[in-house]
This record gives sequence, structure tokens and C-alpha cells, in this order.
Amino acid sequence: MTVRARLVMALAAAAVIAAFFAAACTQLPPFGSDLHPYGERAVAAALAHRTANVVSSVNFDIRAFDTLGEESILFGTVLGATLLLRRAPDERRRRPRPGRVLPTTRLFGTLLLPITVVVGVYIVAHGQLSPGGGFQGGVVLATALHLAYVAADHRVLRRLRPLDVLDVTDCTAAASFTLVGLAALAAGGAFLQNMLPLGTFNQITSGGTVPLLNAAVGIEVASGLSVLVAHFLDQAVELEDPDADRSDKEHRPWGSGPTSPPDGS
Amino acid sequence: MNDWLIGAALAFVVVAATVAVLTRDPARQAVVLAALGLGLAVLFTVLQAPDVALSQLAVGTALTPLLILLTVRKVGRRTADDDRHEEQDEEQR
Repeated sequence: MTVRARLVMALAAAAVIAAFFAAACTQLPPFGSDLHPYGERAVAAALAHRTANVVSSVNFDIRAFDTLGEESILFGTVLGATLLLRRAPDERRRRPRPGRVLPTTRLFGTLLLPITVVVGVYIVAHGQLSPGGGFQGGVVLATALHLAYVAADHRVLRRLRPLDVLDVTDCTAAASFTLVGLAALAAGGAFLQNMLPLGTFNQITSGGTVPLLNAAVGIEVASGLSVLVAHFLDQAVELEDPDADRSDKEHRPWGSGPTSPPDGS
Repeated sequence: MNDWLIGAALAFVVVAATVAVLTRDPARQAVVLAALGLGLAVLFTVLQAPDVALSQLAVGTALTPLLILLTVRKVGRRTADDDRHEEQDEEQR
């Protein structure tokens, strides 16, 4: 197919989609109005299950099955990236030279790491009450760990983040979401139905299975993303390509980035 | 007041997204992407969607630029090495 024919087809398809999309948008409720048909029903359902954060109620109670799918997508992504970025037999692991860190950066990282971990745990634990939840808190936790890399270097990060443990944690947390659903099935309800005592509205123990599923997703996202970033970091910092050390490795042992001028030897 | 906030956030997102598309160097693009993520987070917040804003802040501003920068570093090192090898091969000839 020629470039011209492809362009014509793309423009024709875009025109059709634009027409139907514009027609569909005219049927939407007006922007920024107080009344929203889905919002009203979702708020009523969330209040009935004594979950203060309606978004969490939708994600982890009313539409928990969708979230199981999303969580599995993330799990599959981490699995695929781990498989692709694993250390090939002909790749060499080198010891990166510890970089110089500004004292202010070191102070910044050392102070912020514990604070960020607490914020992450808070966001996961209060997902059923206030904005946030397992996914958001999990990402905060994963980024918190990597402040160690910013403040110190890769060795400190590796000591702080046992990769083998995180692998197992990731799998266990991903499986526990399904197990919570199966437990509801075993108790005589539907898969992922909210069967636990709902507690008092606006208390941390309210919402039945919502805090449980939030915790499962939080742990899975935190460990999964840490594993993902770990493999990216390994590739970028530690692993050497087989064809990159074909020649004069002795002249520039490690750490010569793309900006280093060729020494012309 | 609220309309002005939404308008300003929307304008910033449009400008940042255009700059991100027009930036050619991937390393600079990652930084612009982080700024765009921040703008989107503000936009979601003024549109009263703090849950989405939190996700956007964590993923769009921190994680995605980090992964892009790490990839650029890996790929950049490889191409730099390739260039060197080509130069050396030419010299040897």
C-alpha cells in the first residue's frame, strides 16, 4: 500500500470516528453540572456499603472484578519486563563506581525517604476514606525506595530492596486479590462480593473487603514497580552488552557514558 | 474563580503537551513529560478528581520519566559504543 493510500484511509477513518464521537458527546450530561446519573447511583451504593471514598468503593467493591483485571495487567507487565530485561548469558555484570552525591541531595533523600514511605502507607491504608488507595500508595512506596538511589548509590538501594523477597511478595499480593474473591464465593456469595462486616462509616475499618483489597493492590503495585525499576536500573547501570566490550575495556574500565569523548587510542 | 483555574490548567496542559511532542531529544522530552504530568495532576485536582490526580502525579511525573531516562541512558551508551567501534574499524582499515 502506498503512503498516499494509507494517508487517505487514515483520514477517512479519522473523519468517521470524529463524526460519531462528536455526535455521542452531545448526549453526555453537561460539563461541570451538579447532576450526574452515574455519580448519584455510585454515591448511594458507596454509602450503602459504608465506604467514604466513592472512587474506592467503585474500584474495589462495585467494580472489583475490573480492578482484578487491571491488577493482572500490571502483574503481566512486570513479568514480561522481567523476562525481557533479565541478564543474558553473554552480558557482564560490572560494579558501578559510586558516584559523587551533593551533601544537600544526600540530606534531601535521607529525610524524605522515611516521610515518603509513611505517606505511601497512609495513602494505601486510608484508601477507603480519603482520595488514594492501593495503586496510588503503591506507586508512592515504590518511588520512595528509589530515593535511596538518588541520595546514595545503587549498592545502598540493593541492600534496601531485597529483590528475591519482592518477587515473592508481588506474586503473593497479586494472588491474594483472587483469594479474597474466592473466599466470598466459599462463604456463599458471588465472586468478590463484599461479605465482610461493613463497620462504622468513616472509620479506618469500614468498607468490608475494600481495605483488604486496597492493601493487596498496594503491596502488589509497590513490589511490582520496584522490581520493574530494578531491572531497568540493572540494565542502565550494571549490565554490559557483549558487543560493547569487544575491544579496549582496559582503557576505560567503567562509567564512561555517552558524553565521554573517544580517546582515539 | 474555578473556571479560571480550569482554564489555566487546561492551557498549561495543552502547551506542555505540544512542547513534549516538538522536543526531539528523548532525555529532554522526559523532563517535559514530567512537567506535563504535573499540569495534568493540577487539572484533575481542580476538576475534583483527586484520586486520578494522585495516580497521575506518581506515575506521570515520577515513574514514566524515570523509566524513559534509564532507557535513554542504556540505549545512548550502546550507540556511543557503536560509534566508537565504527571509528576504530575505519582507523584500522
